[in-house]
Amino acid sequence: MSDAAGIGHSTRRLGGIERVTGAQKYAADLRLDNVLHVKLVTLPCARAGIKAIDISDAARVSGVRCVMTAADLPQPVPLFGPVYADRPVLAGAETKFFGEPVAAVAAETKDAAEDAASLIHVDYEQLPAVLTIDAALDPASPLVQDAALRKPGPLAATNTLEAWQFGWGNLRDAHAECVIEHDYVFPMVTHFAIEPHAFLAAPDEHGVTIWSPIQHPYVLQRVVAAALKWPLSRVRIIAPDPGGGFGGKGWPKFEPLMAFLALRTGRPVRLVLTLEETFQAVRRTSARVGARTGFDRSGAIVFQDLEANFLIGAYADIGARVVSKASYCACGPYKTPHARIVARALLSHTTPSTAFRGFGTPQASWAVESQLDDAARQLGIDRVEIRRRNLPDKGQAFIPNDTPADGEWPLALAKAAEAIGWTTPISPHHGRGVAIGLKSSSTASASFALARMHYDSSVTILSGTSDMGQGARTVLAQIAAEALGIPVDRVAMVMGDTSVVPFDSSTSASRSTVFMGNAVLKACESIKTQLRTIAAAAYQIAEASVAVDDGLVRMPGREMTYAELLHAHFGPPRGELIGVGEERNAFDASHPLGGKPSFWEMMCAAAEVEVDVETGMVHVRRLVLVSDIGKALNPQQVEAQDEGAAVMGLGHTLMEHLILDDSGRIRNLGSLDYRIPTIEDIPLHLESILIENADGPGPYGAKGAGEGGILAIAAAIGSAVREATGVTIRELPLTPERIWRAMQQPLHPK
Amino acid sequence: MTIVEPTPLPITLRVNGRLLTVDVRAHHTLLEVLRDQLQLTGTKECCAEGECGACTVLLDGRAINSCLVLAVEAEGQNIVTIEGLDVNGRLAALQDAFLEHGAVQCGFCIPGMLMAATSLLATNPEPTVPEIQEGLAGNLCRCAGYSRIIAAVSAAARASR
Repeated sequence: MSDAAGIGHSTRRLGGIERVTGAQKYAADLRLDNVLHVKLVTLPCARAGIKAIDISDAARVSGVRCVMTAADLPQPVPLFGPVYADRPVLAGAETKFFGEPVAAVAAETKDAAEDAASLIHVDYEQLPAVLTIDAALDPASPLVQDAALRKPGPLAATNTLEAWQFGWGNLRDAHAECVIEHDYVFPMVTHFAIEPHAFLAAPDEHGVTIWSPIQHPYVLQRVVAAALKWPLSRVRIIAPDPGGGFGGKGWPKFEPLMAFLALRTGRPVRLVLTLEETFQAVRRTSARVGARTGFDRSGAIVFQDLEANFLIGAYADIGARVVSKASYCACGPYKTPHARIVARALLSHTTPSTAFRGFGTPQASWAVESQLDDAARQLGIDRVEIRRRNLPDKGQAFIPNDTPADGEWPLALAKAAEAIGWTTPISPHHGRGVAIGLKSSSTASASFALARMHYDSSVTILSGTSDMGQGARTVLAQIAAEALGIPVDRVAMVMGDTSVVPFDSSTSASRSTVFMGNAVLKACESIKTQLRTIAAAAYQIAEASVAVDDGLVRMPGREMTYAELLHAHFGPPRGELIGVGEERNAFDASHPLGGKPSFWEMMCAAAEVEVDVETGMVHVRRLVLVSDIGKALNPQQVEAQDEGAAVMGLGHTLMEHLILDDSGRIRNLGSLDYRIPTIEDIPLHLESILIENADGPGPYGAKGAGEGGILAIAAAIGSAVREATGVTIRELPLTPERIWRAMQQPLHPK
Repeated sequence: MTIVEPTPLPITLRVNGRLLTVDVRAHHTLLEVLRDQLQLTGTKECCAEGECGACTVLLDGRAINSCLVLAVEAEGQNIVTIEGLDVNGRLAALQDAFLEHGAVQCGFCIPGMLMAATSLLATNPEPTVPEIQEGLAGNLCRCAGYSRIIAAVSAAARASR
């Protein structure tokens, strides 16, 4: 189909009109009759020993219907989590991070809930907290988690939740002529979706319904059912479109608590977090990556020896998976004959870190890419050229026994260099940088979709994907429209309700276009097969002589619309066709990550900055992004994802970091003191270039997109700042203060 | 200890052209009254301290953070929210331009962004790019569709010329 509704065209966003008119209902916009408002009670320190909780004043506040503490929950208090069930529904004897609730109030009004929460008196003792990577590695530090509750083994009595060693080749055989060794620090940052988290729950005739802007409704269903010790069928998740996710809405947070509150009160309950509470609920893991990289004289990488320590939070959430997945691919997109990657997920008394766009890769990329810059300078090789020499060509393996390079990565590098004007003269106090990020996509996962062709041949697609702004609803509708040869406005997308849509693993890892897209495609192919079968039976001809396309059923000497055939087939009782699509990558126990990535998400970023040498302020003047996307099903959406991810990357590169005090409190809690990029911080030249060879595993040759833009921003900007100022800073963010101070060093060549 | 809820005060507001009398509590913000009492949930709450712009509405034609204005302070004033931005049931030029230029991603910041842009174009019908940036500097978008938002505002300004 070649009209503007089809593949490769920038179809307008489905749900767009609702979003520009205020009609879109986000979780906090939902109104439930008879609802109780919930407020959480937290303490002003990370780790506290709870002696007593006095709820008597709170319980007397007019309108209060329930004050819940850990003592009111089933004993022992249910623990939950997507991988490790290690997080209590409410803290009992001890809190483990700043913001962990010790009680919850449910009241008739928000005011009453807030008043009552402020009247709960907690007698507690502040305890020493583990807040840094060094403290977490120190055997003398207190244990964040009770060793008796940990997986038995040598790590149980340490603060290392999990440790990995990946690699290939043999470092002892590696002879390098140039060895670069440095540590790189990546800050603790928060997602700062503009929509703070909101949760509602209500008892229903089967069990409980939960409304949450969750990216992965089926993960939430599983986790809540496990906490309640109920079958999955009794837990219904309704997932309104998130107002921004970025990984921060991927994994369960307060939904188990809300389920218990709804069941205890027998009423619908509603909790809308403040932005400050959201800061305390989700963050990205911070990291320190020690990198020792060997090169030969030509700049070819001989070995990479990486030690990556990630500071995850008090509970595992999905933190361990972030660390293992990013670390396995930490050597980047480069041919590395010998590699050793030691990685640790370190528990700490901080907000449980969770998925965040890029899933650990930006932390590793900051180190590995900056090492290449050092080597280029030391060996007298151009920074673009040293990357070109190490990039694999399409089809070439770069991690042994894994998915080979699946795109034109050297071409992407060349296009980025050209677009940024790499070889043109540079103005004073300006600098350019280039870097490449590479992320493993979804490994073992599954998506199911249903296509229902109604009697009039319009179609409803049922899909468990969440549309958090990436535009999945639009792209999936485009895929269905293209596959069936019907206009997009004849396709209705139904998403976000586990009682209605079939199973989907997750909306993560840039996987939806490929996995759910293929599931939708297969469901639509099934519909077309059924149309052929019906036509062949109705007109007594061979199925092979029936063609179904462009909204028409064509047979020798006869042509009819889908609707005409459906009318002829079903007659007055009417009916519909139902197609099922299933796309799965099976679990592979022999692979370090449980399976090879179905595609690589690669992004080459090139930046030009201007540094104000009087203040150390960095102005990003130009930013170019080049990805190998396979096929852009909706180019405008792909470009917007690339640009948005890159600007988000400017945040952790230049300004964002959560600052903790000695008690583990976040000092810059909220938007006044924690800055994210504004419209004044973006480069006015921001360009996304797409390489399209229709060579991806998704529909019409698509690969996934959405995270690439963030992967390599820090190293590209860092390199540009170094060229502009002569200073090298290996700790993010590159704040004006850090740059200015570095420039004041006496040896700094101005 | 008991907390006595103060008696609500009746105030009159003109919201999206309709004259309304609402009983409000003295400590409730205009944002809370719009969302919780008038069910005008198109106006969003994020930071609740005047930094993110998600709650931007027009108060007598000026873009303000409705989280920083007490409802009682808006007594007698003319308020326009995102629900009142359309022109006789059709999308305003800005709304259409946001869709055309792909400026809308998750959409949560968009109502505030559109109200700020409406105010900007009302006072400066042909803004330069730096003027658009300055006019929208108080509105955060974490999807960071900023460059597309700038393009959309420029296009809407051109269209209204």
